[in-house]
Amino acid sequence: MESTRFLTAILLAAVSLFMSAAQAAPEIQHWQSARGAQVYYVHAPGLPIVDLQITFNAGSARDGQQSGLSSITNHMLDLGAGSLDATKIAQRFEGVGAEFSRGSDRDMAWLKLRSLSQGKWLDPALDTMALILSGPTFDKQVFERERKRYLSSLKREKQNPESVASRIFYKAVYGNHPYANMPNGTEDTLKAMSVADLKRFFASYYVASNASVAIVGDIDRKAAEALVERLLKKVAVGAPAKPLPMVAELQKAKLIRIAHPSTQTHILMGHPGNYRGDPDYFAMYVGNHALGGSGLVSRLSDEVREKRGLSYSVYSYFSPLARKGIFQVSMQTRNDQAEQGLKVLRKTISEYVDKGMSEKELQASRKNITGGFPLRIDSNKKILGYLAMLSFYKLPLTYLDDFNKNIEAVSLQQIQDTLRRRLHTDRMVTVIVGGEG
Amino acid sequence: MRITKAMAMLVLGMGLLSTVQAKVSEYSFDNGLKLIVREDHRAPVVVSQVWYKVGSSYEYNGITGASHVLEHMMFKGTGKLAPGEFSRIIAANGGRENAFTSRDYTAYFQRLEKSRLKVSFELEADRMRGLQMTDEEFQKEVKVVMEERRLRTEDKPESYTYEQFNAVAQLSSPYRTPVIGWMADLESMSVDDLKDWYQRWYAPNNATVVVSGDVDPEEVYQLAKQYFAPLKPSKNLQAPKPQTEPKQKGLRRIQVKMPAQLPYLLMGYAVPSLNVAEHEWEAYALEVLAGVLDGGSSARLPTRLVRDQGILTSTGAGYSLASRLSGQFLLEAVPAQGYSIEQAQQAVLKEIKELQKTPVAAEELERIKAQVVASNVFERDSIFYQAMQTGVYETIGLGWKRLDEYVDKVQAITPQQVQAVARKYFIEDHLTIAELVPLPMDKKSSAKKTTGGQHGKH
Repeated sequence: MESTRFLTAILLAAVSLFMSAAQAAPEIQHWQSARGAQVYYVHAPGLPIVDLQITFNAGSARDGQQSGLSSITNHMLDLGAGSLDATKIAQRFEGVGAEFSRGSDRDMAWLKLRSLSQGKWLDPALDTMALILSGPTFDKQVFERERKRYLSSLKREKQNPESVASRIFYKAVYGNHPYANMPNGTEDTLKAMSVADLKRFFASYYVASNASVAIVGDIDRKAAEALVERLLKKVAVGAPAKPLPMVAELQKAKLIRIAHPSTQTHILMGHPGNYRGDPDYFAMYVGNHALGGSGLVSRLSDEVREKRGLSYSVYSYFSPLARKGIFQVSMQTRNDQAEQGLKVLRKTISEYVDKGMSEKELQASRKNITGGFPLRIDSNKKILGYLAMLSFYKLPLTYLDDFNKNIEAVSLQQIQDTLRRRLHTDRMVTVIVGGEG
Repeated sequence: MRITKAMAMLVLGMGLLSTVQAKVSEYSFDNGLKLIVREDHRAPVVVSQVWYKVGSSYEYNGITGASHVLEHMMFKGTGKLAPGEFSRIIAANGGRENAFTSRDYTAYFQRLEKSRLKVSFELEADRMRGLQMTDEEFQKEVKVVMEERRLRTEDKPESYTYEQFNAVAQLSSPYRTPVIGWMADLESMSVDDLKDWYQRWYAPNNATVVVSGDVDPEEVYQLAKQYFAPLKPSKNLQAPKPQTEPKQKGLRRIQVKMPAQLPYLLMGYAVPSLNVAEHEWEAYALEVLAGVLDGGSSARLPTRLVRDQGILTSTGAGYSLASRLSGQFLLEAVPAQGYSIEQAQQAVLKEIKELQKTPVAAEELERIKAQVVASNVFERDSIFYQAMQTGVYETIGLGWKRLDEYVDKVQAITPQQVQAVARKYFIEDHLTIAELVPLPMDKKSSAKKTTGGQHGKH
């Protein structure tokens, strides 16, 4: 029983320390730019750095029939703008040590900049970014080359059983919804695309009223306001993107098996999950934490990895988007153990939904989530990520202040009810890729 | 107890920026343990890391992967804790934890709200000397590691090629074996192998504790004194044998044939790390050279070979300055559609020749240096990264103070020095080339079977 004593002593110490460790979230300021972009800002003078992200409602959910359009449009942004080619643009950022990046997912497309905060470093980087926003060239030859690179990376994806599984999984879960497509497109849709499509996509979606800006760093409010105006000076006002269609629930279970010349079989299971601002969000978050959202101490990890040594990585998560994002459970195991793995996954999830989480699991999850809150916002980079998320999904400015309170407020009964309502063990898509399939 | 207390103020160079200071305190204990504390008071959090001087480069034939499997077993119980309890306690304290094994080190870390540091120390001190491994737990965990190997290497053609490359580019150096170990060695590993390995390397006189965050160094020292100071040092620590790599006398070339969609080229030249460089500037010059080739989108490889000439679809260059032993300067390339591996290779080697022939332009060098100066500031946004660098430098034998020199040493590198290392080290007789030759993915891979699911009918 020595182990118990050890544990108790530490937990007691933890409880008493909790009291004194009240955690203040950063003060978020919000305003609207002259051209209609929503701005979220946190002053962080601790380091001579400015981080900023401009996010457009221009993710792959806007692709329509042209899968990959959002992604390749975003990819082309810094490959030519004004009189500058890709190399000159890169030289301008890198010459002042700035880190410029861009990216997109199903909902969003963004441009990010990290720069030293002094004007002589920051200003040239900002001007280059403003130039990109004012209108990339979308050169035809550059596009042809980059399309070839996209096609190569699609081929490369086929080497990887996990990527193969993921593509099929999304298609099966989302059917005709825009979330069904992978952001990087397909061979057919990419081959049918032209620069005119990219230009049109850019003109519709990369506009100020469809944008939000997040800023964190060593820059005061007045300078931050000026920065935003400078950045958006030549960006058209435009119109916000229309709301996306709702995601339909799955009507029945679906099992898809694909052969692959791999030594492991990858198993993905799930269905549409929850969305940003979902009233069940916190109950689902805590509910999933104990199931498969807390690393080695989760139930799935315990059953699959700790007890049976079946898999290196096993987890479950909700990935909330503007509409219901994916709920996914996944693991991978030696081909001849795939059936056993599948059985354990199914049994663990079913039991969890049927019988609910235990009081002990709830307490452990709460302690982990609330006690670890300061870790979520311990760097400028992480705070920027929160600002971008809050501004894009129009979540309350008090989201971080209220986070622990919202976690604490979720009861065992509420989690149980929510999981029964929102996890459908009889209507999951299961994709199995590897071995003979 | 306390033998030395060194304190250093790191002031960012260049005089162009407002001062960024990180206060670092160093302590040593009689049992050989070293403690390094980096203060960063921006957020009420702390990172605690324990670094051991052991990794795959300490291993020998037949036990490859032992350091990494042992890292997994470190969560499987001590005299005081049941298997998995370590993780549950950290979780209950709001912590995030993990561990990592490399060629030159094994490290364990927790990220916590600052008042919980003692939880980390109590648990880490307990498992530094008190680990208890059972055969039952080992048998399960080694299976997990084999799955990890399948996931990371067996089913990833490029990783598999990299593994084979290392084993050919190096004959004697322990860098030739994979960190995760050869599958056959994992299959024949026993819990006794790990017990020996643990006894041999896990002791305060082979460890460094690095703490970074919103802490008072004196309080951290007192905590460390309470938990780590009573631990007994190991009396039979032996430095690993040098296993010095013999001089390569001629080009080596291999092919790896496995199911894949794209070919892949990996080339490497034998180069010294900072730890073993004859002249330390050579290591910094190689670092700058890696930047010239692949330091950002404006660097030579992406600009010339991907964008201007369109020969490659992706490419990269890599040099590990901070390693215990000599290693490889890596160049990788995936040819674009319509180009062969041979053309990809010629294009990359042409860039190498260019570096040998003509000194790098001043403007190009300035751009690399601007990035180094700026990223040195950017890195300070992550207390984890700061602790990580400290731990690496300390554990591979450079000492954390050498970190402070980094920016200045890079700034001092001249175009002539970059040219000099290109000429000295990038010679064909010291080159190894590995090529991934894709085999068909199997005609079955297109077979798709869909049925109604069974799940729920339990």
